[in-house]
Amino acid sequence: MQIGLSRSERAFKIFALTLVGGFSLLAFFPVVYAFSASISGKIAYETGQVLITPVDTTFEVYELIYLDKGLWISFINTLFYTVFGTVWSLFMTITGAYALGKRRLLFRRMFNFLVVFTMWFSAGMVPLFLNYTSLGVDNRWGIIVAFGVQAFNIILMRSFFEAIPHEIEEAARIDGANEFQMLLNIYMPMSKAAVATIALFYATSRWNGYFWARMLLQNQTEQPLQVYMRILIENYRWIFDDMPPDLAYSPDSYIFAVLVVSIIPVLIVYPYISRHFAKGVNLGGVKE
Amino acid sequence: MKDELNLEENQLVRVLRIIINDYRLYLLLLPIVIWYGLWFYKPLAGLLIAFKNFQPNLGAMGSDFVGFANFETLINGAFAPQFWRAFRNTFVISLYGFIFGFPIPIILALFFSEIINNFLRNVSQTLSYLPHFLSEVTITGLVLTMLRNSETSTGILSSLLINIGFIEETTKVVQNADYFRPMFIITGIWKEAGYSSIVFFAAIMAISPVLYEAIKVDGGNKLQEIRYVTFPGMAPTLIIMIVLRIGRMLSVGFERVILLYNANTYETADTLATFVLRIGLEGGNQAVGAAAGMFDSIIGFGLVVGANFISRQISDTSLW
Repeated sequence: MQIGLSRSERAFKIFALTLVGGFSLLAFFPVVYAFSASISGKIAYETGQVLITPVDTTFEVYELIYLDKGLWISFINTLFYTVFGTVWSLFMTITGAYALGKRRLLFRRMFNFLVVFTMWFSAGMVPLFLNYTSLGVDNRWGIIVAFGVQAFNIILMRSFFEAIPHEIEEAARIDGANEFQMLLNIYMPMSKAAVATIALFYATSRWNGYFWARMLLQNQTEQPLQVYMRILIENYRWIFDDMPPDLAYSPDSYIFAVLVVSIIPVLIVYPYISRHFAKGVNLGGVKE
Repeated sequence: MKDELNLEENQLVRVLRIIINDYRLYLLLLPIVIWYGLWFYKPLAGLLIAFKNFQPNLGAMGSDFVGFANFETLINGAFAPQFWRAFRNTFVISLYGFIFGFPIPIILALFFSEIINNFLRNVSQTLSYLPHFLSEVTITGLVLTMLRNSETSTGILSSLLINIGFIEETTKVVQNADYFRPMFIITGIWKEAGYSSIVFFAAIMAISPVLYEAIKVDGGNKLQEIRYVTFPGMAPTLIIMIVLRIGRMLSVGFERVILLYNANTYETADTLATFVLRIGLEGGNQAVGAAAGMFDSIIGFGLVVGANFISRQISDTSLW
């Protein structure tokens, strides 16, 4: 350390900290702003007084949100898709990764290639859509079952499994463990961190899923939060026209409040996410 | 067991025997095989409709075979102007996304690695990743609302742009084709740059500190340090990320385009994927849509294979 930290080096470090700190604050700013704008008064918002902190604070808009039945139905739907979808995706990924990692599996290379290939090619939107509709993917369970398995995660999981020492497997086999017991009692407990990481990947992608839910779900009461939110944003003008002019808040505040509702659950699990995911990304980036 | 395998036994029986003896392993493989069969490989067969005059009531098999007619309507027929526009936009947007989007995570990672204070670094990294975990609908919802410029309200970003004289007071950024690409690319950088920097950051952290000390002893300055230690150290990661990025070039951000574009901005915003959506699904021309989608997929696949080939030529790194 004595050699380092010359004046130029110190200047560089300060420059780096300012730039990176600036970027990070800027990245986080819209979230803070959305919350402040959602609880600011109509006049304060519309005259541009809200910059970072709320002005003329009023929580009236959240009373409206509280009474918005459609929003809460879609919120609960999203919870449903996230919980069951993640369980389903994990089941497919773990069983598949275990089998694909076994050297004795017949046609192992071919099966692995068929999985990897799905990352690089796709039938395209039209054949996919026709396939989904012809197999009846237009309801809750369809969305759970037909989506959410990602080749990338299978490969990630497989490389975790492959890193488990062979001796452990042999010892368990001598003790009479069969394939299912091996996976449940040896492999899964030994790769808890990996399973948690992949579960988080799946959960966030389920929580955020939008396009296919919008295209496929027929019944309005089954739509997830993302779809509900988007329809609201698209119908802004119509919401605006419907709102009485003497409201305490701006229609924009309503949109921001709904966005905040979608952000809060992510913020709640975020400390947990940020501890786990970096590890997964690093492993996946280098080894495929 | 080995004795039972006599030489006349044909291969199929032998394979079956292996599978039956080890049936638990193959049961574990079964779910994923069925899943990919149903949801990935079966629709591949549906690409057949790209070569047919597809009538939904006749089905993919029953419809008449028309050869490359659907591709011709795209390339120089009724859909040609829209198709080529989408084609051009796809490349231009991906290229801009690459030029502006790719270096930023690397620079961020470089600067993150300069922050010695662990607490400050963790806080700034954690904040910069957050947008990655928000949905495209939330992110675009924030962008669209902050850019709103209507008679009743002016979003904070629009006011900022008006105040610095970047746009006219009446300009609606969201409705203006000139601003779509910058809006799209900046949104992408906001959402993904922090998260994408993790991989590079890890690569920098893995470089042996001995190398840094060595170059300091030799009197190297900061820039030389970056040039001769950091970059060579992260080269394998860089190459893999470039290959991955090029491979995904055409598919990236399709949902974000749908959420940000509108009829006024098709000129600069409509990409192959959104073209397929509008013509093939919303417009009911499934066969033409499937043909355009196939075109898209084949170019995308070609890009992956090509990028991988090049990376193998210039270095030892490749994806397979």
